[in-house]
Amino acid sequence: MPTHSLFWTRHETALSVVVLLLLVGVNLKSPGFAGPGNLVELLNDTSILVILGLGQMAVILTRGIDLSVAANLALTGMVVAMINSVAPGVPLAVLLVLAVAIGFALGAVNGLLVGKVGVPAIVVTLGTMAIYRGMIFLISGGEWINAHEMSDSFVGFPREKVLRLPILSWFAVLLLILMFVLIILTRLGRNFYAVGGSPHAAVYAGIDVGKTQFWAFSISGAFAGLCGYLWVSRFAVAYVDVARGFELEVIAACVIGGVSIAGGVGTVPGVVLGALFLGTVKNALPVIGISPFWQMAVAGSAILIAVIIHAHSQKTQGRIILKEARTVQ
Amino acid sequence: MSKFNKPEPQPSIPDRLPMSVTDILLKWEVLLFAIAVLVFVANCQLSPYFLDPWNLSDATFNFTEKGLIALAMALLIISGEIDLSVASIIALASVAMGAFAQTGAPAWQLVSLGLATGLAAGWFNGMLVTRFSVPSIVVTIGTMSLFRGIAYVALGDGVYKNYPLGFDYFGQGYVGWVITFEMVLFAIAAILFGIVLHRTSFGRRIYAIGNNPIGAHFSGIRVHRIKVVLFMMTGLMSGVASVLLTSRLGSTRPSIATGWELEIITMVVLGGVSILGGAGRIPGVVIAAVLMGLMTFGFGLRNVPGIVMSIFIGLMLIAVIGLPILVRRAVAKRQLHTFSNLVEH
Repeated sequence: MPTHSLFWTRHETALSVVVLLLLVGVNLKSPGFAGPGNLVELLNDTSILVILGLGQMAVILTRGIDLSVAANLALTGMVVAMINSVAPGVPLAVLLVLAVAIGFALGAVNGLLVGKVGVPAIVVTLGTMAIYRGMIFLISGGEWINAHEMSDSFVGFPREKVLRLPILSWFAVLLLILMFVLIILTRLGRNFYAVGGSPHAAVYAGIDVGKTQFWAFSISGAFAGLCGYLWVSRFAVAYVDVARGFELEVIAACVIGGVSIAGGVGTVPGVVLGALFLGTVKNALPVIGISPFWQMAVAGSAILIAVIIHAHSQKTQGRIILKEARTVQ
Repeated sequence: MSKFNKPEPQPSIPDRLPMSVTDILLKWEVLLFAIAVLVFVANCQLSPYFLDPWNLSDATFNFTEKGLIALAMALLIISGEIDLSVASIIALASVAMGAFAQTGAPAWQLVSLGLATGLAAGWFNGMLVTRFSVPSIVVTIGTMSLFRGIAYVALGDGVYKNYPLGFDYFGQGYVGWVITFEMVLFAIAAILFGIVLHRTSFGRRIYAIGNNPIGAHFSGIRVHRIKVVLFMMTGLMSGVASVLLTSRLGSTRPSIATGWELEIITMVVLGGVSILGGAGRIPGVVIAAVLMGLMTFGFGLRNVPGIVMSIFIGLMLIAVIGLPILVRRAVAKRQLHTFSNLVEH
């Protein structure tokens, strides 16, 4: 039995209370912030972060880290935007599948290098981050694809509302459920935890560690690819520097959500709450009249506080080896 | 008979395995140096403007500031930690200096403030990592956002200019002929860090910690204290880089040095430092820094944009780590094959 629940822990409870307090607090200052209309807006604004966070979680669970997600997103987004501008007739469904496929392939490259070759994840994704970003320049020549070059359906699709919620948000909900099922019910999902919890034990349990890592990176890549289309269509522009630095926000969402960088610990609701926390802060600052320049500092403090609280709660459970080492000290 | 009466010659115990010529040739630094020479020669062939002392002198700005941080970062990574907040420390120190400069403070006070800011930021990182035993990658992702966030809060989308007379020397001054102040500083720092890592017991302790922190702890090494010192050193070098960069640009914006942390880590890893800790040498890092500077400059002369060069850097990074692993695996497989053949016959 894992010591951590895969569904809900004290961390998730605390975080949801924090997010709720934040919503209520901002609502006092500016009524309507926690109203249904704005909540839908907030959820929509956070959807891409949620999706990328879920993919990143799979990677971090296996003790990896994927710094290339934002570059993957930007490259995939550029490819589909270019196809759309050159051939507006290509149906959107094809572009969607293509986006996921390209993202998957880019993630699989990471997965192969980490899982099969055995290069540390941080080195691989640091490298592919630079490579994917550079490839955008190579294929686009540094040109921008602007709104008027995209077809109406390409730009409009994520904005269409189903049951009052934009399609963009539905993607997040759908992938959330998918990831939840994957983590809780499938062998691959459980293997993520096993590999991250103890790679050596996982090998003895007959789990192919490399293959598990490969799939984690591929899933992260596929999610990033989908977000490539979503991002480019949402902001109706594609250029080399799309989402630059966003990978750190994604990792921040995971860390705030209680995913342990040491692997093997983390939940889907935690990641969603972590992303929602960052999204709420981002949306709340201008509303309560604080300069948006505070956003970065607040996010940084939130990461540090989350990590410190988390470290404290983990200490009581502790790993046996470390605990013994500590008593001698 | 006299052979047996003679006292046995005491065999001297070597502290390392003897190296054959192939070992030396396959050493990381040698390979890296060969690549650097290759890049140098290729650049000379490709552009007539490359082999000009003043151009080459200008080219050193591509790596001196980053290289200074890479030296300290190498020690930190060897000890098994990492600092992603270095570029944000540059921004924080630069904003602090900029704000101070508006009060009319003289250059030496600005420099002291810049270095002190770096040192304090490094101490903050080190305390968080050791006090709460949190992985440094997470802590420094947090402080990376926090430090630059503070810079943004203080300065917004504004800019600090009007640095005092004499402050421009650090980033723009020449010691003599084409030798810049930055170059001299980098050379001195490289030698100092080389001595600390390879010739002092402090350096040996860094390796010990990187290879086995718990074992090092039981051997009486003050793991936490050394780690805090290493974080402070990295912070201090970021402060130094901040002084140089601010002086060179003559202005401060909160977005200063964005993305440098990844270039610096690339430099360190390319220099042969194991990202897992416990291995790596300063000469390798120095050569890697020069190599990256040469490449940036050469590509610049050929009008290749920096972003295309980053593709090469990325490929190189993965290749230099991945290829040795594949080669080692292939060799091991062949040895296993010959061994099983022997057993069968």
